[in-house]
Amino acid sequence: MKSKTTNKYSESVTIQRLSEFFLTIAGLTLFSIEFIKNVFLPPYEFGEITKHMDELGVKSLPILGVTGFIIGLVLAMQSQPVLQRFGAGSFLPSMVSLSVVRELGPVITALIFAGRVSSGIGAELGSMRVTEQIDAMEVSAIEPFKFLVVTRVLACTIILPILTVYVIFIAIFGAYLAILLSTGMNFQLYVNSVVRSLQFSDIIPGIAKTFVFGFIVGIVGAYKGYNAKNGTAGVGKASTSAVVLSSLLILLMDMVLVKITVLFWG
Amino acid sequence: MVEVFDVSKVFGDYIVLDGVSFKVDNGENLVIFGRSGSGKSVLLKCIVQLMKPDAGKIFIDGEDVLSLSLKKLNELRKQIGFLFQSAALYDSMSVRENLEFPLIRNFKYTRKEIEAKVKNVLEKVSLEEAIDKMPSQLSGGMKKRIGLARTIITEPKLILYDEPTTGLDPITTKEMSNLILELQKDLNTTSLIVTHDPICAKIIASSAVVLKDGKIMYEGDINSLTTAQEPFLKNFFSR
Repeated sequence: MKSKTTNKYSESVTIQRLSEFFLTIAGLTLFSIEFIKNVFLPPYEFGEITKHMDELGVKSLPILGVTGFIIGLVLAMQSQPVLQRFGAGSFLPSMVSLSVVRELGPVITALIFAGRVSSGIGAELGSMRVTEQIDAMEVSAIEPFKFLVVTRVLACTIILPILTVYVIFIAIFGAYLAILLSTGMNFQLYVNSVVRSLQFSDIIPGIAKTFVFGFIVGIVGAYKGYNAKNGTAGVGKASTSAVVLSSLLILLMDMVLVKITVLFWG
Repeated sequence: MVEVFDVSKVFGDYIVLDGVSFKVDNGENLVIFGRSGSGKSVLLKCIVQLMKPDAGKIFIDGEDVLSLSLKKLNELRKQIGFLFQSAALYDSMSVRENLEFPLIRNFKYTRKEIEAKVKNVLEKVSLEEAIDKMPSQLSGGMKKRIGLARTIITEPKLILYDEPTTGLDPITTKEMSNLILELQKDLNTTSLIVTHDPICAKIIASSAVVLKDGKIMYEGDINSLTTAQEPFLKNFFSR
């Protein structure tokens, strides 16, 4: 009897959570359509966009730099014995650079960026919503969607590819350090191996997908914050759920984009 | 100036406004009284279209605000000031930036004109020294006065006040109420003041509306209201 009641309860919770998830996705889609409608209309807030690019992007450089360096270093350290076991130790620079450029660099950068930026946008806009600052803008004939949402989403979309390139360079350098310490490989030789192994079909899709990831980080954070309710508890919820949802969407979208890339470029 | 006809608003099963109608003439200071949760703030938000009423019509200067396009609504909003209960100062901006923001965004003033206007409104609210402070460095009363300064800096024809004295001590309440009255006379504005503070109402109001259970239970002169014998009304002014 008790287990039947428990089952019914967990079923209803699951149904409620699923319906909440699909409602969020529907709301997010409408919010994205609103963004597209607004992005081409004047006034163009170039000042605000560059300000957010500085705040959201430039201030992410230290954490991304450390992450990129460690990824490169660890990847080289882990891969070296495995490749040597198969007699392919000389392919290490190629393997590291291809992994970092095609997948690890873009995805790890986007996930770290989501953790830092999506939650920040969610919390900032959420706090503005619950303290009536967004209402104050609206009533002053200033379109808050354009001023607060469009500028932040554009800043994220533009800055993430740049940050990804930065992380890729640092990761490749980190990998070189690991290889140098274990084999003493010459830097020129390492760079030649890396450059020879990379083709445009590796670089372009890897970087191009980060525009999509940047958009996801910005739009999810803005959506959660802009629609926050229930006071400070709502702000916390907006911030946390922005990170969870944007990370999940980044991984799902990565799966789709990798499939498309493989279809077109192999 | 403002005409509200048969406005209703429902949240779920809860009827907040039930066919509310009243009129505010040019230069009038109308106070909207009512207990907490009686729909006073909702009514103000409906007037500036921060919320859509479920039924009824609202006219400002003869314009049906519910049927205006966003562009026309924003043109109308430029002539309206709104002082929020929490003051709603932009907390990422300094006092100066808060005051400059609506001027830069909506009007074509020169830098010198903007600086003069900022200085002028800060003098009016006696907070010249707060110009470079951040909102987090201000007390509750100072925030309300800066909020008021931001509301009047665009010289609106109509000002809506949402609980302008809530959370203030009786002395600051009187100061704030007198300041609102002075500014109203200086700028010759029409005001709609939502409050449940009798001190504020007695100082500012020329007429009053009392909301109870979503309906208007009194409309008329403020002096008659303060001396009313009806128990609900009497309770407001017996404090």
